[in-house]
Amino acid sequence: MKEASPSFLKKRSKKLLQRFAPRWAASGPTRREADQKFFGSFFQKRTFFPAALLLCAVLPLFGDNSDRQLGLEFAATLTLATLWNLLAGYAGVVSIGQQAFVGLGGYLLFALVVFAGVPALAAVPVAAVACGVIAIPSARLLFRLRGPFFAIGSWVLAEVFRLAFAQISSLGGGSGMSLPIMSILAISHSRPDRLLLFYILSAALALATTALVVALLKSRFGLGLTAIRDSEPAAASLGVDVMWLKQVVYVVVASVTGLTGALLFLQNIRISPDSAFSVNDWTANIIFIVVIGGIGRLEGPLIGCLVFFGFRAAFADYGAWYLIALGVLAIAMMLLAPSGIAGLLAKKSNQKASGA
Amino acid sequence: MISWLDIIVQGILVGGFYALFATGLSLIFGVMRLVNLAHGDFIILAAFVALAIVHLTSIHPLLCLIAIIPLMAVLGYVLQRGILNRTLGKNILPPLLVTFGLSIVIQNGLQLAFSADSQQLPMGNLTVASVQLLPGLNVGLYPLGVLVTAGAVIFGLQMFLYKTPLGAALRATSDDSTTIRLMGIDNRHIFGLAAALSFAVAGLAGVLIGGYTNFSPVSGPSNLLFGFEAIIIGGLGNLWGTLIGGMILGVAQAVGAEINPGYQVLAGHIAFFAILLAAPRGLFPRMAA
Repeated sequence: MKEASPSFLKKRSKKLLQRFAPRWAASGPTRREADQKFFGSFFQKRTFFPAALLLCAVLPLFGDNSDRQLGLEFAATLTLATLWNLLAGYAGVVSIGQQAFVGLGGYLLFALVVFAGVPALAAVPVAAVACGVIAIPSARLLFRLRGPFFAIGSWVLAEVFRLAFAQISSLGGGSGMSLPIMSILAISHSRPDRLLLFYILSAALALATTALVVALLKSRFGLGLTAIRDSEPAAASLGVDVMWLKQVVYVVVASVTGLTGALLFLQNIRISPDSAFSVNDWTANIIFIVVIGGIGRLEGPLIGCLVFFGFRAAFADYGAWYLIALGVLAIAMMLLAPSGIAGLLAKKSNQKASGA
Repeated sequence: MISWLDIIVQGILVGGFYALFATGLSLIFGVMRLVNLAHGDFIILAAFVALAIVHLTSIHPLLCLIAIIPLMAVLGYVLQRGILNRTLGKNILPPLLVTFGLSIVIQNGLQLAFSADSQQLPMGNLTVASVQLLPGLNVGLYPLGVLVTAGAVIFGLQMFLYKTPLGAALRATSDDSTTIRLMGIDNRHIFGLAAALSFAVAGLAGVLIGGYTNFSPVSGPSNLLFGFEAIIIGGLGNLWGTLIGGMILGVAQAVGAEINPGYQVLAGHIAFFAILLAAPRGLFPRMAA
């Protein structure tokens, strides 16, 4: 076929394209489209944030102290889950060491209050910024480890923090310490008022974090992240600076994680190395929540949190059994429905849409 | 002078344990790029199974190895074929999250079965016996035996991987698990065998560490971290490097403990990060990550 001219080839390829292109297009929505379809009607609608804000504002009017406690715990958990989802689900950075920054945020708050006499509430944002600053060299070090080894490396870093804080005797050493009572009373003399304030702050943080992630994903930056999620080599070949993007996300997430930690332990009044740097509380549970809810999906953490808190309320009396059941559920989810409950729901809504 | 020599020698001996933890971890990563976050918990699981056998039959813990090594190998094979093979692919998330889930399930399962108490396997006189290397320098016979065992396991694995047809199949699967299927080898079976080997070593490591230090249902993760550090210090894919990595980690911990008992584990972690900073591919790299 010597005579096969370039123009013939061109014609031929055009024909081929015409033949196959519609089929590609009809092969179903891409993940990005499916996402937009689903959370488009969930987070991006102008009604979501006002509705959520209203819900958060109205809830404490009806609740007592324990409801507020539960509410702020829910909000803090949702924040941590949203952050871990951004890290693992979008940036492809699987960290098992986020407790490093929860604990660091908490301990920095205590250190600022005890050593520098900073008012407790003012110390919260300072601790967050400091966490972000400390995360920069941490990122430089940890990102030398690729993929799965990064995960274990991040865990080692969290252990270093835990063991190091356990050696600082002025912060209570291994047994931990309490915040000076004066610094607590300076916030408010009434415990219900303090709880209400912490609840409002945690709820605001959860909403702001969700808004941050939505805004981030809608930006050019987020386009790069979504590309990394879908295919890392493809993203790199199109000029996305994968390593830089990952490290930026890691640092931002560390800072907000530190903020959450500072708020959590301010509310808790007591801190100890084991509670501050607990892999179970701040990472294992969070991972289960994100996996069950739907990893790499915006609404995943919220769905996961609802499942987790429901599960906990129902089975908390069963102690270890409850963690086993949660672990088994997460494993089953990862194997059978890797996109979690959110993915299953999206599939259903897509089927409905295409069936109609 | 002799006291520092003593500390370093003790540290080197402890390295044998870390090399054993690392070997199983390294093996399955080498063959199927799987990082088993529950590896440390499976080591502790083996120690608890040995404890149960000792309580039931009152035989010596080392005799339990006859049962535990094959049991763990079968567990590894079944787990790999039943669950872990499904998680393998380009995405690193599924294997990490599934093995992390397993880790939590094992820890809590052991807590239910054996309570949260610290335990130790009764090794009898074995752990107190010592030999004199130099005047004034005594080393424990037990950790020395463990170090020799670790060396023997690594030597045996090297022989197996480089001198036997099955070893060649494992290495070929490591190189390209798709092409190997064209050669008529079932890569799923090979993955299962690699996991069986890894778990067999974990079983051995579990019984040996269980007779040396206290362990509890939550001791698993620290074993994982020590094994991982030994691998990274020594250089990925180099089993002898891993043995030296384990020794370096052991020495760092021993030196840290000498300064302040609270610094023992911390010093090991810091040495790990220092080496990662200086030589990101480890001291004796062989394979690209």
